[in-house]
Amino acid sequence: MAMRMLQVKLLRNLWQLKGQAAAIATVVAGGVAMFIMSFTVLQALRATQEAFYAQYHFADVFADVRRAPVSLERIADIPGIQQVEGRIVAPVNVRLEGFNEPITGRAVSLPDGGTGELNQIYLSAGQLPQAFSSDQVVISEAFAEAHKLRPGDKISAVIRGRMQALTIVGLALSPEYIYQIQPGAMVPDYQRYCILWLNHSALEAAFDMEGAFNTLSAQVAADTQVADIIERLDLQLKNWGALGAYDRSQQTSHMFLKQELDQLQVMATVMPAIFLGVAAFLLNVVAARLIRTQRDQIAILKAFGYSNIAIGRHYLTLVLLIALIGVVLGVAAGRELAVGLGGLYQEYYRFPWLLLELRLPTVASATAVTLAAALLGTLKAVYSAVSIAPAEAMRPEPPAIFGRTLLERAGFHKMHAPARMVLRNLERQPAKTLLSITGIAMSVAILIVSGFQKDAINYMIRVQFSLAEKQSATVQFFETESARAQFELASLPGVDYVEPLRNAPVVLRNGQWEYRTAIRALPENSQLNRILDKKLRQIPLRDGGLFLSDYLAKHLRLQVGDKVRVEFLDGARRQLDLPIAATIEDYVGLNAYMTIDSLSLYRPEKQAMEGALLTIVADQEKQVKDALLKIPQIAGVNFRSDIMESFRRTMDETLLTFTFFSVLLAGSIAFAVVYNNARIAFAERARELASLRVLGFSQAEVARILIGEILMLTLAAIPFGFILGYGFAAMIALGLQTEIYRVPLILSPSTFATAALVVVVATVLSTFIVIKKLRGLDMLRALKSAE
Amino acid sequence: MTDYAAEKAVFRARGIERVYHMGDAEIRALRGVDLDLWAGEFVVLLGASGSGKSTLLNILGGLDKATAGELWYRGQNLTLADDAQLTLFRRRSVGFVFQFYNLIPSLTALENVQIVTEIVDQPMAPLEALRLVNLYERRDHFPAQLSGGEQQRVAIARAIAKNPAVLLCDEPTGALDSKTGILVLDVLEKINRELGTTTIVITHNATIANMADRVVRIGDGRIQDIQRNSHKQAPRELSW
Repeated sequence: MAMRMLQVKLLRNLWQLKGQAAAIATVVAGGVAMFIMSFTVLQALRATQEAFYAQYHFADVFADVRRAPVSLERIADIPGIQQVEGRIVAPVNVRLEGFNEPITGRAVSLPDGGTGELNQIYLSAGQLPQAFSSDQVVISEAFAEAHKLRPGDKISAVIRGRMQALTIVGLALSPEYIYQIQPGAMVPDYQRYCILWLNHSALEAAFDMEGAFNTLSAQVAADTQVADIIERLDLQLKNWGALGAYDRSQQTSHMFLKQELDQLQVMATVMPAIFLGVAAFLLNVVAARLIRTQRDQIAILKAFGYSNIAIGRHYLTLVLLIALIGVVLGVAAGRELAVGLGGLYQEYYRFPWLLLELRLPTVASATAVTLAAALLGTLKAVYSAVSIAPAEAMRPEPPAIFGRTLLERAGFHKMHAPARMVLRNLERQPAKTLLSITGIAMSVAILIVSGFQKDAINYMIRVQFSLAEKQSATVQFFETESARAQFELASLPGVDYVEPLRNAPVVLRNGQWEYRTAIRALPENSQLNRILDKKLRQIPLRDGGLFLSDYLAKHLRLQVGDKVRVEFLDGARRQLDLPIAATIEDYVGLNAYMTIDSLSLYRPEKQAMEGALLTIVADQEKQVKDALLKIPQIAGVNFRSDIMESFRRTMDETLLTFTFFSVLLAGSIAFAVVYNNARIAFAERARELASLRVLGFSQAEVARILIGEILMLTLAAIPFGFILGYGFAAMIALGLQTEIYRVPLILSPSTFATAALVVVVATVLSTFIVIKKLRGLDMLRALKSAE
Repeated sequence: MTDYAAEKAVFRARGIERVYHMGDAEIRALRGVDLDLWAGEFVVLLGASGSGKSTLLNILGGLDKATAGELWYRGQNLTLADDAQLTLFRRRSVGFVFQFYNLIPSLTALENVQIVTEIVDQPMAPLEALRLVNLYERRDHFPAQLSGGEQQRVAIARAIAKNPAVLLCDEPTGALDSKTGILVLDVLEKINRELGTTTIVITHNATIANMADRVVRIGDGRIQDIQRNSHKQAPRELSW
């Protein structure tokens, strides 16, 4: 019977506290939603990747050669190799009627009439090319979507200079091209990059590869050392112009996918940890203060003979109920957000399906963290409430002990009494004031963290596209071209200036540490592709050494002046030790640069250029584009404006969506925290404010005291929040260092300003609500009753 | 102080009723009170708890409004006043003293007085007010450092510092032992005598009535009788 009445009280209390309860539940929901969203999406992407790889037999080892005969028996004999397949993979140019832009294509052979054993494709529409047809093609679904192409439509491909009309028979996805990025781009551009699957027979004829292959894929047994197999493959393929075998970690799509997932893992760990941690902290604080305002009720219950345990259980249930409402809301919102975010990721990671499911352990851990925080905060407060003798708790609380504030002792005497009240209230309970400030500061911090990624990306774009890359376009040739090509390009109308570009595939080695990359060779003091130091000053490229990305130098455990072993993978496969001339501050890729003259010296057998950098006279880009399209030797052209555009678009669609969600969650947490603070400040001051009203203070005058206190807390919290936010951002930046991206720790003034603005607005709104309460303040009741 | 009629009434209450609604129940706290209070009087409102005496005091002080009837303060009809006007009325004309003192714990004794003198036009010097209640020496103490009687005397200093026309005291000795209570009453008597402040004290303690000019007995929401003391006792002569 007794417990029944307590339960009634519980529900009534909950109803009475609905404003504050809603705010607390919002804080919890924000943290939980962030946690659920991030982890669900991460798990979905990992599970989907694994399933897609397994079901469509994604190869473990790859090797590119110039031309090798089809006999693969000796390779299949290498112990540990379970399956091996040779294919023809070659760059082509794609032409599409009505789209006068260069489209880079990658032709991949399919065994006539089948999908082969490895790297199978998933047909999302249509069918495979008929055996021995030479004009039927399956194209990547993403490209088809970008141009609204369907089976039956026609496209053309320029294959070794010859234009060939092709009929689309199917649309496909492949574990090999989950992340479809063209060489030289930073993000996928589905309008300008296309995978074309054609019959092996068709590509054999087109590329003069009868009875041969140029790409080898192999599947290895689970217990095999992949490094050994790579070594043996290199040995066997040496005579066929091999560029060195590599495992999945060097396969473009897998590499991007893996690193993006690793980054997401960081985001999915750090962000929710911060959010949930903040939510848990706030819940703890708020629960404790909530119970303090119930001091007299606790005393009455005790006077009636309720045990401390019964009272403890009562308040614990109250707080847990509120927390649980937050958890339920958070899980529901997190699931919805996960579906949205998952769909977004699917745009960029071309999976045929997404195994998105809300997993019990995810929900359980979010719930556990939240409830534990609620428990801790409540128990502490309930304990201090029940430890007072009932008679004492029912009496008016003795006047709290105050002293002069630091500010006054420091000589600020000329303060009005209301200002003194505010200051002394804050200073008298430093722990409480500090907790309130920390709570608001944390909401400022998560707002800053939410804006951090956008700032970092904007900075990267600025550095990359306006300081480092000055060229309007980058041209890549199919084959190496002689120096004459430079002058031919320069003579095109509209082209202003041309610099040659050379690439040399290498392995850089320092003892056990190695990295496979391509050295990019540029003219001495290149004006177009600038390399920058930490302070964004140009480092003049000069002869006699390698210029390495700082991250790559660190990866190889090398410093400026040390020598690095360079193993060229083409030509005469020379090996030599070169000094590191400088390290470069760059954010994208791991790069190695040297001058063209140096490269020619170290690799004299290949005197040619693989590409060129161009600047184009203003307004002439269209003409130059058209002219370049007509040059058959060109395998691909990347225009800076296009890359920037697609980069920005991708960021807008992915990162900014994530940012939007986090700002939304951070904003609601911030609002809830500030609102709760204001409500509690009001509850704690009600009696005092009522006394002032009785003494003849007007509502506005009393409101000013309350606003003063609320505002002071917010203003004190903002700088503290800035520092905290910077720290969180630094943690994230550290976690996001990968081979593909290094996210610089950049926070713009506008991010700080926005975070501050959000909490100030939240403060003002909360104050309005509290002022409304002030109107209803019952002067008589506050005077009669003990607190 | 013999000819009351010649003096102007400070308060003139006619037919004051006050009905509270507690859910469905109707509580008639005052059922038609007629009362005149004269300048410089020391009046004790005597009544048991629930008699309506606090309600009457609150209405007189502009903390509450009558449901029916009319109340004039020196020609101003308080029944028609809005919240802002009542605030001004309290600020300019009324000093309050409460059972639980209601001091601001974060302010010293002196500052608790200053918080009132800051908002009125012609206040008493705050230190002067403290001197009147014999707390000049304790001016820099915070409420937590003062005894109950001292806190109540600070509250009285705070109430009189604005030079109010009326001093309204709701059970000013209710939370104090008799010895301390008498000290507080002594201060009230001195204020009334020296400053001529109309003083109204409500209490359920009949002994205190002996120090009043007039004693108004209230019961059941009505005035039972009004009695004039022919001989006012000094607070020191009281005991309970």
